[in-house]
Amino acid sequence: MHPSKIIIAVVAVTLVAACHKIPAPLAPSPVAGNDSLDRARADSIARANAARQAEIARAQAEQDSLRAVREREQREAAQNADAMKVLAATIYYDFDKADLTEAARSLLLAKVPVLQAQPTIHLRITGHTDDRGSSEYNLALGLRRAAEAKAFLVNNGIDASRLEITSMGAEQPAVQGENEEAWSRNRRSEFAPTSGGASQ
Amino acid sequence: MQLKQILIAAVASSALALAPAAARAQNPTVPEGVRLGLNYTLGTKPGVLVLPMDSTGGDSVRAILQRDIDYDDRATVITLDDQSARAMMPKTGDDFNYPIFAKLGVVAILRPQRSLTGITITMYDVAAKKRIQIGGFPLTDQVNSPAWRMAVHRASDEVERWIFGTPGAATTRILFSGGDKQIWVIDSDGENARKLTSVTLAMSAAWSPDATKFVFCGFTPSGSQIAVYSFITGDLHWLSGTARGLNITPTYSPDGRTIAYASGSEGGTDIMVMQEGDASPSRRITVGRGSDNTSPSFSPDGRQIAFMSGRAGHPEVYTMDADGTNPSLLTEFTYGEQAYRASPDWAPDGRRIAYESRIDGNFQIMTIDMRDRSTKQYTSDGQNEDPAWAPDSRHMVFSSTRTGPRQLWVLDAESGRMRQLTHAAGARLAAWSPILKP
Repeated sequence: MHPSKIIIAVVAVTLVAACHKIPAPLAPSPVAGNDSLDRARADSIARANAARQAEIARAQAEQDSLRAVREREQREAAQNADAMKVLAATIYYDFDKADLTEAARSLLLAKVPVLQAQPTIHLRITGHTDDRGSSEYNLALGLRRAAEAKAFLVNNGIDASRLEITSMGAEQPAVQGENEEAWSRNRRSEFAPTSGGASQ
Repeated sequence: MQLKQILIAAVASSALALAPAAARAQNPTVPEGVRLGLNYTLGTKPGVLVLPMDSTGGDSVRAILQRDIDYDDRATVITLDDQSARAMMPKTGDDFNYPIFAKLGVVAILRPQRSLTGITITMYDVAAKKRIQIGGFPLTDQVNSPAWRMAVHRASDEVERWIFGTPGAATTRILFSGGDKQIWVIDSDGENARKLTSVTLAMSAAWSPDATKFVFCGFTPSGSQIAVYSFITGDLHWLSGTARGLNITPTYSPDGRTIAYASGSEGGTDIMVMQEGDASPSRRITVGRGSDNTSPSFSPDGRQIAFMSGRAGHPEVYTMDADGTNPSLLTEFTYGEQAYRASPDWAPDGRRIAYESRIDGNFQIMTIDMRDRSTKQYTSDGQNEDPAWAPDSRHMVFSSTRTGPRQLWVLDAESGRMRQLTHAAGARLAAWSPILKP
């Protein structure tokens, strides 16, 4: 606020100074006297003041509008972040199973309105397994887990072309460890929005 | 000194009991200065002794021959320290003191000697007291280089053919997935480990039948694809003809023309076949109906494929004809048990299939006999997975957690003897090469 005032003041002074430097007319009017000169000077100051007021008003309006935009963006970002969180929520499975648990179903169901509200978003679903059993077969099992999640979303009205499935088997554990706690957190499908997720 | 003499006397008398009558009658004496290495047990396996070899690389030649014969598991290697062995060398020519070798349990004496182009190995029959074989083996590369060591392995395998009628399997290498999730190769004796790939993630390597290349599953941004690595050019190329998405567990048919692998989609994972040079789409041969079918392994005649499938609700090993017809469960169906059988590998002689089976919560290495369907369990310690046969159809390489991180181990299916092959951080999904050509 303060620096902009200084800039406006400097501009006004410069304008006045410029008027002073107006060269004398080559053929001065015979009726011209001190009165007209004073009036011209007063008019010049008034013009400078008016310009200054207009500039202040314009800057104010601009700031108000910027603040409004920023607030709206923050609000939308918060909504988007929540939506992204819902979309990206990981679902978990039982050992050597691809069936959706009740918890997995409700997490998937929550993704449906977000996907419907933002039709440009695509989802990449990656199935994972724990590290027990054949690491080769686990790649296929991971894919079946992702496929079950996709089928559920499609059955709930999401266009299949927006959902891509893949599998990392046991190759990318979320947590390390050879115990049920670690295994249960590694048997999962992860969801990554692949386009159109940042704005609407 | 006295202790040594007692040890020698003890061995001499126990060896005497097993020695042929002819040798026993000669009443031999242990030469002055001979000390015996007692790191063997007398049994049904014939004793083989490798004499020292003078000249550059001689110690390495002897060490490699001894180790290969030991790892082959058909003979007992009788080791003498250098001084003792020299004391038992003939003063001239082939004039060995055969009875003393017989006393030590030696059936065959191997004498490596330097030749103009490499080495000659002479084999002496202790019972017949005569030279029975001689062979020349070129050793052109630098001593202890990978090619030089492989050439010595080639000599070992030939010597075993002299003794047993069938060659050893030392002239081989083993591919595996390392802890860095790249494909590595290592010599059959655990030497010369080196990394071959540098892709995002590589696994499930399988040799081509001529061992000039291997096929593997590599991960790309658009899923996993099948790639072929050439040992000749060092180049890698991704096969077209596979679908986008999940393509895993490739293997070559015995004639090298067909690659079978598993391809996954929303409709499950099925076994596919393709011709390597052909860019047309692969042909699906399993009808999994939404189940997972992976890890194909051809029978040596190429007419059948073993694979694993979850079609019955839990993972089991099946066989089918190479065109996908006549699928049948390999092992007896086990009721009331949470069975999990996986990773079949058909032995090169066709007689057995190795696989892993979950027993009391841990995976163990098993084989099933293809004639009488009898099964045999080989491991019980830790998680033991992904067996792969050596070309001798006798040894298997597998991964085990018995010492902590997963490592490769070699198992002799006849004696049950095991040795650790890798010692780096993490190794799995091994594939044993055919016998390598020079």
